[in-house]
Order: sequence, then structure tokens, then C-alpha cells
Amino acid sequence: MTELRQRAVREPDAPPEDKESESEAKVDGETASDSESRAETAPLSASADDTPEVLNRALSNLSSRWKNWWVRGILTLAMIAFFFIIIYLGPMVLMIIVMCVQIKCFHEIITIGYNVYHSYDLPWFRTLSWYFLLCVNYFFYGETVTDYFFTLVQREEPLRILSKYHRFISFTLYLIGFCMFVLSLVKKHYRLQFYMFGWTHVTLLIVVTQSHLVIHNLFEGMIWFIVPISCVICNDIMAYMFGFFFGRTPLIKLSPKKTWEGFIGGFFATVVFGLLLSYVMSGYRCFVCPVEYNNDTNSFTVDCEPSDLFRLQEYNIPEVIQSVIGVTTVWMYPFQIHSIALSTFASLIGPFGGFFASGFKRAFKIKDFANTIPGHGGIMDRFDCQYLMATFVNVYIASFIRGPNPSKLIQQFLTLRPDQQLHIFNTLRSHLADKGMLTAAEDE
Amino acid sequence: MLELRHRGGCPGPGGAVAPPPREGEAAGGDHETESTSDKETDIDDRYGDLDSRIDSDIPEIPPSSDRTPEILKKALSGLSSRWKNWWIRGILTLTMISVFFLIIYMGSFMLMLLVLGIQVKCFHEIITIGYRVYRSYDLPWFRTLSWYFLLCVNYFFYGETVADYFATFVQREEQLQFLIRYHRFISFALYLAGFCMFVLSLVKKHYRLQFYMFAWTHVTLLITVTQSHLVIQNLFEGMIWFLVPISSVICNDITAYLFGFFFGRTPLIKLSPKKTWEGFIGGFFSTVVFGFIAAYMLSKYQYFVCPVEYRSDVNSFVTECEPSELFKLQSYSLPPFLKTVLRRETVSLYPFQIHSIALSTFASLIGPFGGFFASGFKRAFKIKDFANTIPGHGGIMDRFDCQYLMATFVHVYITSFIRGPNPSKVLQQLLVLQPEQQLNIYKTLKTHLIEKGILQPTLKV
Repeated sequence: MTELRQRAVREPDAPPEDKESESEAKVDGETASDSESRAETAPLSASADDTPEVLNRALSNLSSRWKNWWVRGILTLAMIAFFFIIIYLGPMVLMIIVMCVQIKCFHEIITIGYNVYHSYDLPWFRTLSWYFLLCVNYFFYGETVTDYFFTLVQREEPLRILSKYHRFISFTLYLIGFCMFVLSLVKKHYRLQFYMFGWTHVTLLIVVTQSHLVIHNLFEGMIWFIVPISCVICNDIMAYMFGFFFGRTPLIKLSPKKTWEGFIGGFFATVVFGLLLSYVMSGYRCFVCPVEYNNDTNSFTVDCEPSDLFRLQEYNIPEVIQSVIGVTTVWMYPFQIHSIALSTFASLIGPFGGFFASGFKRAFKIKDFANTIPGHGGIMDRFDCQYLMATFVNVYIASFIRGPNPSKLIQQFLTLRPDQQLHIFNTLRSHLADKGMLTAAEDE
Repeated sequence: MLELRHRGGCPGPGGAVAPPPREGEAAGGDHETESTSDKETDIDDRYGDLDSRIDSDIPEIPPSSDRTPEILKKALSGLSSRWKNWWIRGILTLTMISVFFLIIYMGSFMLMLLVLGIQVKCFHEIITIGYRVYRSYDLPWFRTLSWYFLLCVNYFFYGETVADYFATFVQREEQLQFLIRYHRFISFALYLAGFCMFVLSLVKKHYRLQFYMFAWTHVTLLITVTQSHLVIQNLFEGMIWFLVPISSVICNDITAYLFGFFFGRTPLIKLSPKKTWEGFIGGFFSTVVFGFIAAYMLSKYQYFVCPVEYRSDVNSFVTECEPSELFKLQSYSLPPFLKTVLRRETVSLYPFQIHSIALSTFASLIGPFGGFFASGFKRAFKIKDFANTIPGHGGIMDRFDCQYLMATFVHVYITSFIRGPNPSKVLQQLLVLQPEQQLNIYKTLKTHLIEKGILQPTLKV
């Protein structure tokens, strides 16, 4: 964690060895932030080196640039291996990991806010920030949990009451936090307190909604969780590689190390990667089936009949490619077509999340969000391109893949009044009769 | 409106530039003339210092010009200034209340437009304050982007509700069908376009300011647009759910002021030194009584009580229905101690009046916190009023600050205690399903309804 104290004394020296150590621990291209900072304004860094001792010793004889490369490489592989292990362990562990990542991201951004406003000692504020995080999480998870765990919830009396009055309870909890905030306003610090209030809410908006949507996607089927995240990671790595080997034309002033060659090369590589990955994963039930909570075994199961999306179908190749490949038809999963859309979004729009985070870091003159991962920075640094991806996947699924949930509709139906139920029933009946779905025998 | 230009070396007109002694070290008011061009000092740093200093160092934004109409000024020129202010406030209060009644008379569609208009004005006021605080009126693209985001979020919210309420109308039109079906995707794409434009518009020396304004816009949207959206949803539930809460808040404002004026002694909170405990408690009791009576009077009329529906044949909104249980007089036995006082056994009440007690209680006890929040906000940014739209009262936000939480509370109250999910929304979702799923649901529902005796099994179409 960046150790930041009160900027009571400006550091006009900005010591030369500081600049050197920063150039050593370079992260992906944000070096212009160093060049921008002037002597009279001290950058909010001078971070402590968090690389584990073991790595330090092993790489001590290499030059500093290669050392950095190796540290980043090893940590990348470690994170990917960790990702695979978690996938193996199942959806429940994935959910818990997503929640932990969310809490850590929230913590990182709030800490930056504290450091920027030197408001670590504002009365109540830390408590209130965490309290709001709890409230919003309670609200979101309550909304989804009741859908997925419906039978479990109906069985237990206290859970049923909690779910019936869920919105009211969440609102009351939020109100309590709001009133505490108003009561905690201290005379000379109004502005700071309002800033921190605004900062907390925007952070919640970004972090909690994204993690909530990630979990929604996860329940739809683990493939909807794995393929988007892998596409973003692949795009990061591929764009870096292409930029490293072929990079020449700068992409955007905000991140001087990004190049057009990296951007376009990453785009094509990610689309291909997405196609291959979805082909491999669509074959397995455990990835393709929606996650369901089984009441009997009291655990999550992924067992179902795969939907049409995950059954091999024959597609005719357009003539132009036919002559190239020499095959007239190809067997593909329909999901692979969707994966092209997902990869395209990950490569073209995902980087805007990264630019947003870069702009944010420059605006507040920080080098990294935190120092949790050696060589990479904080958790937020790794997840900045994922921001928009989770929302996009969720909107994509809701718009193009599935309709509303039938069992949920039945539940809602059962809570209506009898005359409303009758009205809906009759409308449905006439609708089905129009479509010719109802035979006289069925209508009996 | 204060004209504040970018502090690139030209001091603004009038009192916009604070006197030099208050400014402090590098982020000075008159120092920029030398520092901008040659030293390339990051503008962010100067404003960054603004953040870290305590409130008293920050210069006050002087109040804008007086907008009282000439007629009033002439009529009241003879009175002393204190009474003059009182009269202006009084006259404007009555004007606003009459406008309110007029719009109610004109119907729900006009009310919707009014709510929309108020929302846009509130958004404009808060954004203008943000501009003044950060003196960022000239940031490239920013005004466009703020209004664009307002449009996006409104499109998203109104699309979600409009589809429910106008279901029959929407089913007819083909293009609308397409818009409704892919509504979320279209809204998200629109928002993304704005997000990408923001990222592309980041200018080298203004990052921090731009991020502040971005966050300011989003928090403002969160407050104003969600509230107005919930107000419209309450309105569709029945105009009484719109009128009684708003009137309770207004009544609480006025009666707390009056009680404080006549009996006020103990200050309530340091944030608003003019509020007193006597005003608070007196306001509470009068609001409960007022809510009770207003609910009684309004519950009689179908116009107020029925959910607003859009009828495709007449192409307008109608409020005609069989009033629900909530709005039918029922006999309640009085608890014993009230029996002796009133010397009656039972009393006929609308059940809605019991709910109105809850609404009034919230309006009097928690509503003021919205007012304190706005007071704190005004002190934090050293402004006297949000704007000067209404003479004697300030801006629209000043009048609506206590309403913030009320709309959300009423909405949550309705969904938790009054009604279940919206039938037309359930129907709409049913019609979107695959035919096989519809058939399955149809069979399930039929068995359920027959079990409950709602549907006669022998009935044939």
C-alpha cells in the first residue's frame, strides 16, 4: 500500500534515486506521469517494494529491466494458475472470490480518496464508507439471492420475511447511514465530507454494480464468466506483445505506450482466441449449464441439457473463404458467433476502461492504485479493463440470449390478486389460441 | 447566472475573483497571470490545493442578482425590508401552491411533464454550481457530455416504465417493439458512447477537474433522475400517492416554520441554526393531522385514487376503476382510552389514512434530513441558494430538497406493503417467452387457478 502522510511539507527535491526506482518498477506504459510531475509537486508514490524476498534473491544478478520483466511474467502466470484453480473449485468459490475482489477494489479506491483529501481522520467516515458498502451489497445480493435460492428461501420463515420486505429493509439501512452522515457533518470540514460522500457513492456505483453483474453472468453459465474475462486478459497480453514487437504509431496521448499496431493486432488475436476458447469450453456441461441450487443436496449443481447455443451446427462458409480453406461447411457452436461479439467488445471498448483508469491515475498523480501485486500494482490495475465488460455481457445476455425467467414469472404471478391472475390467464389463453398452440383437448 | 470564465489570467467580472489575501500560496487568484504560460504549472495542482484546505480558506461565491419582479417591488416599496421579504415569500408560496393545484386539475400527463421539467431544472442548477466551484465553464465538451448523460439515463428509466404502462400502445407499433425489446442494449450503447467521448476528451492539464465534473454529474444524476423516476411511478399508482406525500412535506416545512417562529427556543442542529425543537415537534404533529385529513378528503374521488392507465381507444390517460380495499370506508373500533374521550364506539376510516400516518411521520422526521443535507452542501460550497429562480425562495432545488427521500420512501412503501408486482409487466414478460415456455406456464397456471377455485374447470371457451 502506498504510504502517504500529510503533504504538509512539499518535497521539492523529488530525489533522483526516486525517479530511478520508479523507472525500474515500470508498469504498462504509465511513465508519462513521471515526466509530467514537476519538481515542486511531489508525486504521491515512493512505494515500498513488495516483491517477495525469494524472487528478489533469484533474480538479483539480472539487470533491473529484465528483472522487472521476469517479476511481471511470473506473477502473471501465478495469477492465471490461480484463476484455473478457482474455476476448478466451482461456482461457490468463484462467487466468494468475486466478492473479495470487489471489497479489495473498494478499499483501494477509498484509500486513494483518503490520501487525496488527507481526510484519514474525518470523524466517522471510514465507518460510514464500509457501512454503505455493506448496505448496497445487501440490497443487490438480496435481490438476486431470492431468485436463485427461491425454494430454500420459502422454506425458512425468517428468510421469507427478509425477502418479502427486502427493499424496505435495505432502504431503511441506507437511510440510517444517510442520517448518520448528516449528523456527522463538522463545521470546518463540510466540503471534504461531501467530497468523500460523493467519492464513496461513485465508487460503489462502479465497483458493486460490476461485481453484481459478474455474479449474474456466472449463474447464467460459467462460460459466460470465463470467456469474457479471458478475452480481456488475452487482449491485454496480446496488445502488449504486438506493441512490443511491432509498435510504432502511438494510440492515445493518455497512455503513450499504447500503439495502433498493438491495438489492431490485439483485436485480431483476441477474436481468434475467443473462437478457440469457446469451441473448447462448449463441449463441457460444467461450463455450459446454468448454475442451480439443488435443494436436496444443498449445493450448487451444473447439470442440464445443453441449450441450442451449445450444440454443434453446420454453417455454410461464404464463397470467398471457401476457396481459401477448401471446405464448404464447418461445424461450429452458435456460441462461437456470440464469442466474436464478446471478443470484439473486449478489444475495442475494453481498453477505454483502461484509459479511464490511466486518466484517473494521472489526475490524482498516483502511479498505481495500490501495491498489492508485485510488478503489477493493485487489484484495480488488473481489473480496470473489466469494468465495462461485465455490464456488456449482462446486457448482451438479457437482450439477445435469454428472455425473462419462467419460474420467476410464476412466482410473481402467484403474488397477484385473483382478479389480476384471471385477467392475465385469459389474455395468455387468447394469445396462445391465436398462435394455434392450443388444441381443444389441451384447453380442457 | 454568474459568468465565470476559466481563470487563465483574466479576472472575472464583478465579485467573481476573491480578494488576494484570502487565496494562500501557489493557488492564488492573481498569481496565474505569471504562472500559466511559462511555468506550465498543472492547473490541477492549484485546484488540488483548494481541496485540501479547510473551508474557511475558500472564497465565497457571491449571490447572484435579485430577480424579484418589478411589480412586487413597487407594491412593497413602502414596507421595511424585513416585512418586504416576508411578503415576497408569502406571495410566492401562494403562487406556487396555486400552480400546483392548477396542474393537478389538468391531469396526470401535465403532472408528468411538470416532474420532468423540475428534474431538468434541478440537474441544471446543481451542474451550474459544480461549474462555479471548479470554474470549469470552458472545459471542452463538458456541458455537452453532462446533458448527454442526463438524456441517456432518462431514456433508460422512462423506457423501462413506459413499456409497462403503454403496453397495448406499444404492441401495435413495429418500431416501438424493436426499441422495447432491445431497450437495455440501446441504452447501454448510448451510455458507452458518452463514456468513450469523455475518455477521448481528457485534456492534459485538466484531468482532475474533468474527473471531478464527471463524478459530480453522475452523483447528480443519481439523486435527481432516480427521484423523479420514482415520483412518476408513484403517480401512476394513483395520484393520491403523489399528492399526499408532497403535500405532507410542504405542510411540514410551513408548520415547522410557523411553530418555530412563534414558540421556537431550543436549537435543533448546528447545521441549520434557525431550526428549533419546538418547530420540529409542532410540525410533526400538525403534519400527521394534516395528512390524515387530506387522505380522508382525497380518498373519496376516483380521480385521485385510481391507478393511471393509458387507454389506447381514447389515446389518453384515464383514471377510472373500482377503488381498491384501501379506499373504501371501514369501521374501526377505537381503543378504550380514545373511546372515553370521543364517546364513540367505532369510527369510519379509509385504511389509506392509516398509511398516511406512516407517510406523514416519515415526512416530518426523516424528510428534514434531506434539508440538512442540502444546507450542509450549501455551506460546504459557500453558496446561499442553489439558484435564484424563485424570488425570495432561491432555486428549485431549495424547494425540493426535503422531497429527496420522500419519493423513494413512498415507492419502497408501496412495493413492500401495498401492491405486489405490476400485472401488466408480468403479462408483458409472458408474451416475450418462447411458445413452449408459454404453454408450460399456461398449464401450470391453469392447475393453480382451478385449485384455488378462481377458474371453473367446466368452463369452455
